Amino acid sequence: MSIFINKDTKVLVQGITGNEGSFHARGCIAYGTKIVAGVTPGKGGQKMDDVPVFNTVRQAVEETGATASLIFVPPPFGADAIMEAADAGVDLIVTITEGIPILDMVKVKNFLATKDCRLIGPNCPGIITPDECKIGIMPGNIHKKGNVGVISRSGTLTYEVVDQLTKLGMGQSTCIGIGGDPVNGTNFIDVLDAFQNDDETQSIVMVGEIGGSAEEEAAIYIKENLTKPVVGFIAGLTAPPGRRMGHAGAIISGSSGTGAAKIRAFKDNGIHVCENLGQIGRICKEAFFK
Amino acid sequence: MKIHEYQAKELFRKYNVPVPDGNVAFSVDEAKKTASNLGGFPVVVKAQIHAGGRGKGGGVKLASSMEEVETLASEILGMTLVTHQTGPEGRLVKKLLVEAGQKIEKELYLSLLVDRATASIVIMASRDGGMDIEEVAAKTPERIIKVHVDPLMGIQGYQLRQVGFGLELPGAAMKQFSQLLSNLYRFFIANDCSLVEINPLILTSDDNVLALDAKVDFDSNALYRHKDLMGLRDPDEEDPLEIEASKFNLNYINLDGNVGNIVNGAGLAMATMDIIKNAGATPANFMDVGGGASSEQVENAFRIILDDDKVKALLVNIFGGILRCDIFAQGVVDAARKTGINIPVVVRMEGTNVDEGKKILDDAGLNLTSAVDLSDAAGKIAAAVN
Repeated sequence: MSIFINKDTKVLVQGITGNEGSFHARGCIAYGTKIVAGVTPGKGGQKMDDVPVFNTVRQAVEETGATASLIFVPPPFGADAIMEAADAGVDLIVTITEGIPILDMVKVKNFLATKDCRLIGPNCPGIITPDECKIGIMPGNIHKKGNVGVISRSGTLTYEVVDQLTKLGMGQSTCIGIGGDPVNGTNFIDVLDAFQNDDETQSIVMVGEIGGSAEEEAAIYIKENLTKPVVGFIAGLTAPPGRRMGHAGAIISGSSGTGAAKIRAFKDNGIHVCENLGQIGRICKEAFFK
Repeated sequence: MKIHEYQAKELFRKYNVPVPDGNVAFSVDEAKKTASNLGGFPVVVKAQIHAGGRGKGGGVKLASSMEEVETLASEILGMTLVTHQTGPEGRLVKKLLVEAGQKIEKELYLSLLVDRATASIVIMASRDGGMDIEEVAAKTPERIIKVHVDPLMGIQGYQLRQVGFGLELPGAAMKQFSQLLSNLYRFFIANDCSLVEINPLILTSDDNVLALDAKVDFDSNALYRHKDLMGLRDPDEEDPLEIEASKFNLNYINLDGNVGNIVNGAGLAMATMDIIKNAGATPANFMDVGGGASSEQVENAFRIILDDDKVKALLVNIFGGILRCDIFAQGVVDAARKTGINIPVVVRMEGTNVDEGKKILDDAGLNLTSAVDLSDAAGKIAAAVN
């Protein structure tokens, strides 16, 4: 098993005819993902390679049975695209788009609370179950099937972690980037809970960063609910306060959101802490196979 | 995007959020003119910079005569104001806000911000105005009133009352306060604010409430739909290198250290800064060229960092995903040809098309040190500067 997606997941791509949408849709297809439809308003009836394009998500779902959506639309249309997918009954919505206004996401999040679906992102690399399904923009070749669950707020930083795991022989069950925005869909706790209940996942790597308090809350959840070993890493220990470090959510406000507080929460709650990214593979090996 | 207090107060006026009478002044003469228009004393002269703690730093003074306005305005204009938020180098004061002094009965605190965890707008208020609100929250959390507003419903009457009664306002001020808060919420939503803070909000001796200070931060991601607000950006308050970087859509922040770094992706860029620190050196910047950078962006990233005199060595850390290593390497070669590289550069590349990227760098015959992994890169860069 894996979490949220598997080899049978049928995926539609919103914004499939754009530069990024078509490039990454092809990347997913090449990896083996079942991309069954694309959606671009006004381009219904066309095809992107062999993928049929529809005007609305509802049409695409009705005609192809897609249950997941991958979103690449520009930021001003991001909130609308997510709500359209949710309203059409899509179960899993993966939003890559970076730069959606925070008040748009605040509305979306409250709208989604009335729907039965899961949002991953926005501003994230997506989700991958190695050798089965990739819904996102990560390089597939660095992944390897296995038993480590990976969850992260970042993109390339996750690739670095995965690469070290793979090189040391530790494959992954599922890797999820939950995104670098302050208001996002799926959070650490949702994924930790899913990993705990997934037979294939035996251990977990959690990659956080400065800003907000999601890591602190996750740390307490881990102590109370998880039996599987967790290695934690926090990026941004040297970041200055009050500055947005690339990600909209990576900002220390006053005394909240510091890396030091997150590391302390990890240590206090039995998480194996990695303080040097260059060593994360080795630290996982020690923690997971002792 | 931050704006000045005087700009925030001008916006407040448009939304019927009461503020003291006053105006911005760019010279001593303008300060005197504004003061005379206010029609009485005392008058407050306030330095306008994007940093808190201006009062403690000597940038806010009370004048009881026109002579004093002149003296204070000439003292504050042109001074380098140092506060706990400016860093030791301080900030040059180029403008003042001159406004009517108030008869203060009580100082209160009021702010609106987006609460990440609950995805709602949270109103925070306290009777302990004028103080550092974080300190109040830490020492006396019971003195902080927090009300969460459902963004789909908007602010409700009972929530306005909850805050007003929580602040123990006199009955005569309650209606005016409710209007103020309701208008402030409307301002927050209409302009995509990420923070609005009034500290202090004052109750006057004749039961009026008004914003004595105003701090506003807008969501940069939403500025595309507020062209009018873009004109409020003040380049004087930003680092020139950061302005230059923003022209090329590079996420760059100038820091104090001497090890420059160029990375793709914000998380990896932060982690790379941390690695530099771990190895016993200090990062000179944060530079995220983004997931899908072009050769041109990479070239400009190099130029900006190499132009910075404090940078004594450069660590390049690229994990090719969408950004292919060959594209990146070409940008490095172009930058080296145009700018010249005269400091030690350590390059660590991994991921998509890494072999092609390495070949481009090798063939160019540049004086670069390559690293096999992150630990190796950190060790080599620290050795270069220490």
